[in-house]
Amino acid sequence: MTPTRRKRLYLVLGILAGVAIAAVLALQAFRSNVMFFFDPTQVAEGEVQEGARFRLGGMVQEGSVQRVSGTLETRFVVTDFKHELNVTYSGVLPDLFKEGQGVVAHGRLNAGGIFVADEVLAKHDEKYMPPEVERSLKRGESRLEPAQGG
Amino acid sequence: MSWAWFHRFGSPPYFYRVAGKLAPWFGWSALVLVLVSLYGGLVRAPVDYYQSDAFRIIYVHVPASWLALMTYTTMAVSAAIGLVWRIKVAHAVAVACAPAGVSFTVVSLVTGMIWGQPTWGTWWAWDPRIVSQLFLLFFFLGYIGLRSAIDDPDRADRASAVLAIVGVVNVPIVRFSVDWWNSLHQAPTVMRMDKPAMPWEMLWPLLLMALAYTLYFFWIMLVRARAEVLRRDRGGQWVREALARDAAGGSA
Repeated sequence: MTPTRRKRLYLVLGILAGVAIAAVLALQAFRSNVMFFFDPTQVAEGEVQEGARFRLGGMVQEGSVQRVSGTLETRFVVTDFKHELNVTYSGVLPDLFKEGQGVVAHGRLNAGGIFVADEVLAKHDEKYMPPEVERSLKRGESRLEPAQGG
Repeated sequence: MSWAWFHRFGSPPYFYRVAGKLAPWFGWSALVLVLVSLYGGLVRAPVDYYQSDAFRIIYVHVPASWLALMTYTTMAVSAAIGLVWRIKVAHAVAVACAPAGVSFTVVSLVTGMIWGQPTWGTWWAWDPRIVSQLFLLFFFLGYIGLRSAIDDPDRADRASAVLAIVGVVNVPIVRFSVDWWNSLHQAPTVMRMDKPAMPWEMLWPLLLMALAYTLYFFWIMLVRARAEVLRRDRGGQWVREALARDAAGGSA
């Protein structure tokens, strides 16, 4: 490699390293803004500013969904299996909203410690399978390993 | 290791001839594989237990997103080669990548929105994965815009190459955004350390479609790069000879 080419190669690598470091620093500084939601543990540990609007994400606890008859109000519990939080929401839920599935709710905590949501999104996980496999997994009869992932 | 082949590809007439021979093979095999994987994905693959038929958009969305990242990486690497070794064909390849990258990124974003509305319950969320993918689109558009703003071809090559190299930092951010931060977008199903979280009868059309997209990318990239090489050397002796040969039906 000629010296000029080597110099230009180092220049390119230098630009790349500089931009990468700048990106890492910027993303570290804005870490909490980049996070799409807080989980119940982060809320319990006081990471959320008091009275602030934020997104709460986690799993809808099995057996926790209650619909208030005559209204659109739904109450459910969001859990990350360490902490949980009661959520109330008035409105139409997305099709994929279901117990035991992921959810992201946007709103704020009220004085009673209940999360009042004005928007609820269903968070899908990365697993796909045919209905028969899912049924046999639920019955615990399948020798197929359930796919693990976070 | 001999670098002779590398230098041969740096010669515009050689590149023009070889790319012209290769391009149709990529194009036709892409078309065949797209049809086979569409049949596999839309007809043969079983429904998903949770999303039922809505999951099938994965066969368009996921390969488009993969190819958007691959196209950007190809563009940045060839722009860097062009910058360091002053190879014009490398810049022509980078130029040819940009419009393909725009279309892959737009397909990825639009199909994501169409899927997001019925499943998440929203068209758009300011989620790290979605925002970094939007940045990728801006880098492609910025590359095209910067080139067209500079009249001198050598200066346009150098300036746009620097922009392409800067933007490559965004590629790992797109890929790892769902691992590094809480996001609405799900984690990777296929590109992960574990085995894919998908049964084989759903997976094969996805992998085949990704191959089809890749072949399509090579086809469109070579066709555009050939045109770019011609445009750069217009009026030159070899261009006149090559065009005369093409007109005589000598080379496809």
